[in-house]
Amino acid sequence: MTVLTKTGEGAAALASELARAREVAETVVDPELPMLTLADLGVLRDVALTDGTVVVDITPTYSGCPAMATMRDDLVHALHREGFADVRVRVALSPAWTSDWISERGRAALTEAGISPPGPARREGPVLLALKPARRAIRCPLCASADVELTSEFGSTACKALYRCRACLEPFDHVKEI
Amino acid sequence: MINDADLLVNDAHWAFGTGFEDPLAGVDTTVPEGVDAAGLARCCLMLGDDALVLSQRLSEWCSRAPDLEEDIALSNIALDLLGQARLLLARAAAADPSLVPVLPEDSPVPAEDALAFFRDAGQFRNVVLAELPNGDFAETVTRLLLFSTWRLEVFEQLVTHADTVLAAVAAKGRKELSYHRDFSARWFVTLARGTEESRRRVLTAVDALWPWWSALDVPAEVDVVLEQVFAAARVERPEVPPAEDGGREGGHTAALTDLLADMQSVARAHPRGLW
Repeated sequence: MTVLTKTGEGAAALASELARAREVAETVVDPELPMLTLADLGVLRDVALTDGTVVVDITPTYSGCPAMATMRDDLVHALHREGFADVRVRVALSPAWTSDWISERGRAALTEAGISPPGPARREGPVLLALKPARRAIRCPLCASADVELTSEFGSTACKALYRCRACLEPFDHVKEI
Repeated sequence: MINDADLLVNDAHWAFGTGFEDPLAGVDTTVPEGVDAAGLARCCLMLGDDALVLSQRLSEWCSRAPDLEEDIALSNIALDLLGQARLLLARAAAADPSLVPVLPEDSPVPAEDALAFFRDAGQFRNVVLAELPNGDFAETVTRLLLFSTWRLEVFEQLVTHADTVLAAVAAKGRKELSYHRDFSARWFVTLARGTEESRRRVLTAVDALWPWWSALDVPAEVDVVLEQVFAAARVERPEVPPAEDGGREGGHTAALTDLLADMQSVARAHPRGLW
């Protein structure tokens, strides 16, 4: 095993190992939205290399997200496969995940898969009561019509709402703004 | 012959792995200087138990709600609350390990599960409002409205708590709770202004819940929001004497004992997490 130091060649090797680890971590996809990588979803917060251990920080989309354990396992397996023996996945609770962290590429991939991407999330501040359902300027991801209606604020996973398109009559998921 | 080792090539065979998962894995749970660890743990236990017990109640609706959308909504809300409960119970256990029931030495059950599944009713610190049976859909919606309006305000205040773990749980939870509150507020108004029968059910629910609600010490901001909802629903808030709620000290109704018997039986039968 090569001992890496922070000078000269050692530092360069360390930086390239870190870059490789980051690249591997960035290929891992979300278990529920496999068209998105964890990086595109904004769940992958950081990849670091500390004393030979790859330390990956991920953040849950929702407190009760049941996919966290799978994400952790998938990251560990992907990094093991690429030769990183020591991998630690940590939970980063703060700052809380926001749908604004979904990348442009991620948004395009969602639309491509028939899922409507989130609009801008509400800014911080008191949460005002909304007695009428959220009005979102969204389009049907299948036929692009803006004539859509909300079926439920809660969809197939915690992070999605259910919509129906009045033009093509297809139901579709919308990733909620939080 | 196939060895176990060949079958379990990796945990990915299982939907969510085979191991127990620590919701605070890698989070620094050192109690900050100036924060009373036992007090912090008690606070997290109360908030965690409120969420755990109501989550269990709400999940009783799974496959039984009036329609598919509401079924999914109630299950999603239950899941959010369960997530909050896991974080809060794990936080309570890390701040004050003496709270955690002692399990067999080789048990892999993590502290949050030991708290959830191996305490008796008298050790739970949730308010009675959270444990009451669901009643009908109107009563479930009314309870959720009261609970989530209150909890949202509490979380808004906890965002600046000196304990960064609790503050982070609150900052995350408030986004979820705003959906829960709005969902229940809309249904409350819809049912109250719907048919004669749906309105009758809402009024019955309000009357049944109010003694338990007025027993709680809630921030003034909660009333401001409820006033808006009740005005939109054209429902008066009843003037009734508060019930005696000993939940924070472990005094519960028989409803909690029944709920726990249901929730804890599998974990208690297999304290080593093996079957």
